[in-house]
Amino acid sequence: MISKKNLLLSVSLIFIFIGTVNSNSIEPDIFVQSTVNRASEALNNNFSKEEKIKKLKTIAKETVDIRGIGFYTLGQYRKTLSEDQIKEYAILFEQYFLKSFASRLAEYSNPEIEVIAKEKLNEKYTMVSSKLVATDKRPEIKIDWRIYTKDTENPLIRDLIIEGLSLARTQKEEFSSIIQSNDGSIEALFDTLKKFID
Amino acid sequence: MKKIKIVLFITLLSLTGVKAETTKDCFEGLNRATFKFNQVLDGAIFKPVASVYRALPSPIRSGTSNAMDNLSNLVTIPNNILQGQFKEAGENTLRLAINSTIGVLGIFDVANSFGFEAYEKEDYGQTLGSMGVKPGCYLVLPVLGPTTVRDTVGSLGNLMGGDAWYNITAGKDTQHVSDVEYWGSRGLTGIDFRAKNLDSIDNLEKNSMDFYASVRSLYLQDRERKILNSKATTETQNDGDWEEVETQ
Repeated sequence: MISKKNLLLSVSLIFIFIGTVNSNSIEPDIFVQSTVNRASEALNNNFSKEEKIKKLKTIAKETVDIRGIGFYTLGQYRKTLSEDQIKEYAILFEQYFLKSFASRLAEYSNPEIEVIAKEKLNEKYTMVSSKLVATDKRPEIKIDWRIYTKDTENPLIRDLIIEGLSLARTQKEEFSSIIQSNDGSIEALFDTLKKFID
Repeated sequence: MKKIKIVLFITLLSLTGVKAETTKDCFEGLNRATFKFNQVLDGAIFKPVASVYRALPSPIRSGTSNAMDNLSNLVTIPNNILQGQFKEAGENTLRLAINSTIGVLGIFDVANSFGFEAYEKEDYGQTLGSMGVKPGCYLVLPVLGPTTVRDTVGSLGNLMGGDAWYNITAGKDTQHVSDVEYWGSRGLTGIDFRAKNLDSIDNLEKNSMDFYASVRSLYLQDRERKILNSKATTETQNDGDWEEVETQ
């Protein structure tokens, strides 16, 4: 028979344990705001373009599921790759992604992004809504972030949906077009990636 | 003449392939050639004009943008009704009335401050899509750019009496305004759009390995979303494809 005191102690320990387990989990909206703040800092300060790109690449490596996006982007073709091709593609895609991502963002100055809301889709995904505040030169832009939350302690960005348009899907269809216009050759995609990286 | 228009409309509608499941790029070679032509045209005319337009004082640009948006209500309202969006049709009619009068021909969005916020624009292509008509082949038209067979048919609806602004200008239903006003407003709408997207289009072009394919994807996604009348972006996403990608 468990005494009342022991029962209380057990319950307390369970709560402490749960608290410890959850203490390191990061809420997706906080993760996005923190990532945005880091990117803004990299873009706002008086860094040279090269320094900005270097900083943005570091942020991307830590916060974006580059490997996941790479395989999503391959779509139906990812099942046709050999082990060696998978390795080569993962390397090429990371280089391509970082160059493309950093180059896109480095053009912006003073980007002000406000996180508005979050919606948990399932255990693996949460969508975080935000807006890029309007400036004199462009209107307000709605940006949604698809956050991969399978590991709650290490959430990762898997897609940016700008005004309802998915960047990952756009990239997937672009890659598919390159492969299709080269008679289904995955090597043609690798060559195109190499040219872009160089 | 009216009969010819109706036959043309039905013929084009049948070409959209109501039963087709995906948007095929049936004329990709020709489309790519037209896309290149449009890029040259853009570089020579639209981009420089849009750059000058963007340098204008902000009130002039926002006034122009508001006036063009106000005119677009003349197409949005009938399409609201065709799609059964009666509340939106009513509010858009009020917006049109308030902004065209108190808002000085739509230059000032007074209706917004009265609590009538702008809804998403609607057109005949979206109405056809909401009725289940599939997009048919993807097309790139000279000057006008990306579209589909369904959306082209929808645009023809504007010229066949579906756009009151066209009817009273280029349609010659009245002598108070002429076709110059109509085509001028269309041109301004294009320049306004280009100016708002100068950086993003440049950025996309610079970072695309196949710019044509990127633009096609973005256009088709945008139409898909507008036809669904969905603000919830998750509805436009195919989660299934992500499910197989495991990296954690």
